[in-house]
Order: sequence, then structure tokens, then C-alpha cells
Amino acid sequence: MVPADRKYTQEHEWIQVDGGTGTVGVTEFAAHELGDIVFVELPAVGSTWAQGDAVGTIESVKAVADLYLPVSGEIVAVNDAVTGSPELLNSDSFGGGWLVKVKLSAPAELDALLDAAAYNELLGG
Amino acid sequence: MDDLTGLKTTPLTAWHRAHGAKMVPYAGYEMPVQYEGVLAEHAAVREHVGLFDITHMGEIFVDGPGAEAWLDGLVTNRVTGGALGKVVYTAMCKDDGGVLDDMLIYRLGAERWLVVCNAANHDKIAAWMKKRVPAAGVAMDDRSDATALIAVQGPDSRELLGRLARLANLHADIAALDFYTAFTCPGATGEWIVSRTGYTGEHGYELYLPNADALAVWEELVARGADLGVAPIGLAARDTLRFEVCYCLYGHELGEDTTPLEAGIGWAVKLKKDAFTGVAALRAQQAAGVPRKLMALEVTGRGIARQDARVLYQGRDVGYVTSGTFSPTLKKPLALALVETGVPAGDVMIDIRGKGVEARTTAFPFLSARVKGDPRAERTLA
Repeated sequence: MVPADRKYTQEHEWIQVDGGTGTVGVTEFAAHELGDIVFVELPAVGSTWAQGDAVGTIESVKAVADLYLPVSGEIVAVNDAVTGSPELLNSDSFGGGWLVKVKLSAPAELDALLDAAAYNELLGG
Repeated sequence: MDDLTGLKTTPLTAWHRAHGAKMVPYAGYEMPVQYEGVLAEHAAVREHVGLFDITHMGEIFVDGPGAEAWLDGLVTNRVTGGALGKVVYTAMCKDDGGVLDDMLIYRLGAERWLVVCNAANHDKIAAWMKKRVPAAGVAMDDRSDATALIAVQGPDSRELLGRLARLANLHADIAALDFYTAFTCPGATGEWIVSRTGYTGEHGYELYLPNADALAVWEELVARGADLGVAPIGLAARDTLRFEVCYCLYGHELGEDTTPLEAGIGWAVKLKKDAFTGVAALRAQQAAGVPRKLMALEVTGRGIARQDARVLYQGRDVGYVTSGTFSPTLKKPLALALVETGVPAGDVMIDIRGKGVEARTTAFPFLSARVKGDPRAERTLA
């Protein structure tokens, strides 16, 4: 069961909203599927993006995955701990492995995202 | 999930599935790509010992009074005159010098040989050889589907191999095995070949077995190696292990449009041999100057260069990455690239998904192999 305090995308990102700012990461399933993550590239603080934009790159030894922003907005923080220690994504993807904080420009976009139950269903159970 | 239906299996496939391996299609086989994780598996081989199921490799036995001369004419390295048990690494080329495959050739007897080719090229190589086999004096016996192959690699591989009950009386023979030599011995249901070879850059062995013997041997190695830290190793770590010591991989550094001289395995090409397929083209290339060369690169900017990324020198496209990944041992992104010969050592750029990222040439290999001498020798790092 994934944490119920946040929303999810079909592409296996999560977003936890507090006030007008959302913390974004990828799910444990996504990190596990990628394997040992060795490189993370995140967008610049202050940059603005539309929902679904590829804003970063996550690479394991074997594979490359894009990070898609679940909502539109401005990047207000990035997790430097993860760029320095990408293995945090494998060990704590729902906590210390968060990736960016985004100031939401269209909060209504959240309504179309998956809740925990729907995301679990997507994972097959 | 990958579709695994209709793929060939090995005698160990069920074991891999039962032990948490992620299975993928590879060269027509369902093979384990990783178990615990590529970094942990990579480290297990560098520091202790790992087991690889590489049964997918092709084994073609060649026999007869004409076998030696015939094989010598098919491949770039010299196979004639070797002692019993000698193993030779070689390329097999087309007339134009392009590489059909790289392979090992074993002298198992006065007139008996074994050719070990890559799984992905097995059908091509078997057909190539069959088409050229003389009417008399040479017999080919393709035993790929009947032969299992287990690699035991890492500084503790000799200790672990010696613990196999069936090899209990052969410790002196194992100890006497030099790098690139092999011996045969009776197994449970047929002949075994114990070979001091490998694809990791570590002290190691490869064990050729009848299919029926494979599971019991694998399980015995797992059980008897527990105190040594033995681990099953998937194809992902097999790739990172060979990459760090700069061993060529067919489909990456080697291919039909690349010559062995370009790919940096010119040491396995004996241009002074009388004749072999491709010799004229390779002599001409050597005389004219090899147009491309394999380069070792360290990515100094941010990013991981992957296969096919373009290499730029002074803004000009000069070649492409053949293999690239994050090196688990050196903990940095490294790449091998085929580039124009004129590019000097120093700074280049790599186009990583549309972005120019700085890289610089570095020495071969990234990590020194420990295949001879002390299996725990201090390493030379690039």
C-alpha cells in the first residue's frame, strides 16, 4: 500500500501538497523498476513548467527515465541530497528521496491525479 | 513487463525465477538481468565471488585431422601449434574485415577443438562454419543446446571451485591452470571442461557441463560458497564488470561494420599468418592507417553517455559511444567510443540527449584486470 497522504500519476510520480506548494517524487515502484539509481538531474529553482513537462532525468546503471512534473508551476526548491546521493531514491523514495518542490499555478490539476487507492490499482493490486 | 513466451531456457531458469531474478529476453533466451541489484552483484564479483549462468553461449565442437588448419583459416588469431588445453581469443571476420563475432577457441585434443561464440551470433556463426567445412577431414558438432556454462568469477573463485566434490581430487590441476588454459574431466553425466577464463577482469573460471549436471553444480556452489559471500550475478553486472576492464562486447565495440583493428583487438589479429578470411582487407587497412580507433572517455560534465551518443571534437561529429554507463567501482560515468583516428587525447564533447556534455580521454583500461597473479592485487585505476 502506498502512502494515502498524496496523489499519484500514471507515470509513477507522487505529489504531496501543503498550502500552495507540492513536494514531488517518484514512487517506490518506479525506483525499484529502474534498479540502482546512480544519477539524478533536476530543474533550476525559479524555472516554470507546464503539467506533464519533462523537468528532470533519473538514471540507473542500465536505464534512463524522465521526471514528469505532475502539475504546472514554478520550481521553488530541489533536493540537493538526492543529486549528491542518488541511492536515496531507492532507499527512501517517499521521504528523503523527494525531488522538487513546485508552487502550483493551477491547483485544479490535482483533481485529475490518482489517489492512493487508484494508484494501487494501477500497480495491480 | 517483458514478453518471455517462446524463449529458450537453461537448466537454471527455474532457479533464477525462484530466487528473485528479474528475467529478460536476451539473444533468444530468457535470462536473469539482475537479482539483488546490479551494484551489489558487481561488488560481490570484485570483492568475493559470483556465479553467472551463461548457458546461452554457443559451443561448437570441431574434430578431425583437418580441423586445426581449417579453423586457423577462419579466424584472425593463431590457433595452430598451441599446447593441449590452450585457449585463444579471436575474431572471425568477413572478407571485408568486418567482425562476424569474437570467440574463444579451445584445443581439447590433438585433433579436437571447441569454438565458443556469442549467443546472439550463434546461428550466424554455425551457418558460416557449416557452409565452409571441408567434405573430408573435419567434423562439426554443435552442442550449444546440450551444454550448460557456469562462470565462477572473483578473488575467491579458486577456493570455491575447489570445494566442488567432483573436483576434490583435482586441486593441483586447478592450481596449475594458467590464465587462458583449460582441462577436461569426467562429470556426473558427461565430460566437464574447467577453463581459467572469464569476462569480468577478475580471477575466474568457466565450467562447461552437460545440461543434466548444471543445476546440482550451481546449487552446490551456492551452498558451499555461503561463507565466501557468493552471489548469483545477472547480465547487467556482467556488462558493467566487462566494461570497467574494457573487454569488447559484440553489438557494442564489435560488429560487422567494424574491424578488429579499429576495435582495439589488433593483438588478436595475426596479419603475418598465411591466409585467413579477411586478411587482405585487414592488411590493406593496416597499411593505409586505421581510420577509427576505440577511445576510453571519462564524462567530466553532468550526465551518463550511453551507446550511440555522438562524440564531438572542436564542434565536429567524430564518432559515437559504443558502451557507456556509471562505473560501479570508480563511481563515475565512463564511456568507450569509436572515433576518428586523428582526434588527439584530451577534451571532447558528448551529445547526451541533445545536450553537449564535457568529456576527456583517459587511459585503457578504466580498471586493471586481476586475471593473472594475485587475485587481490592493488588495482590501477584510470
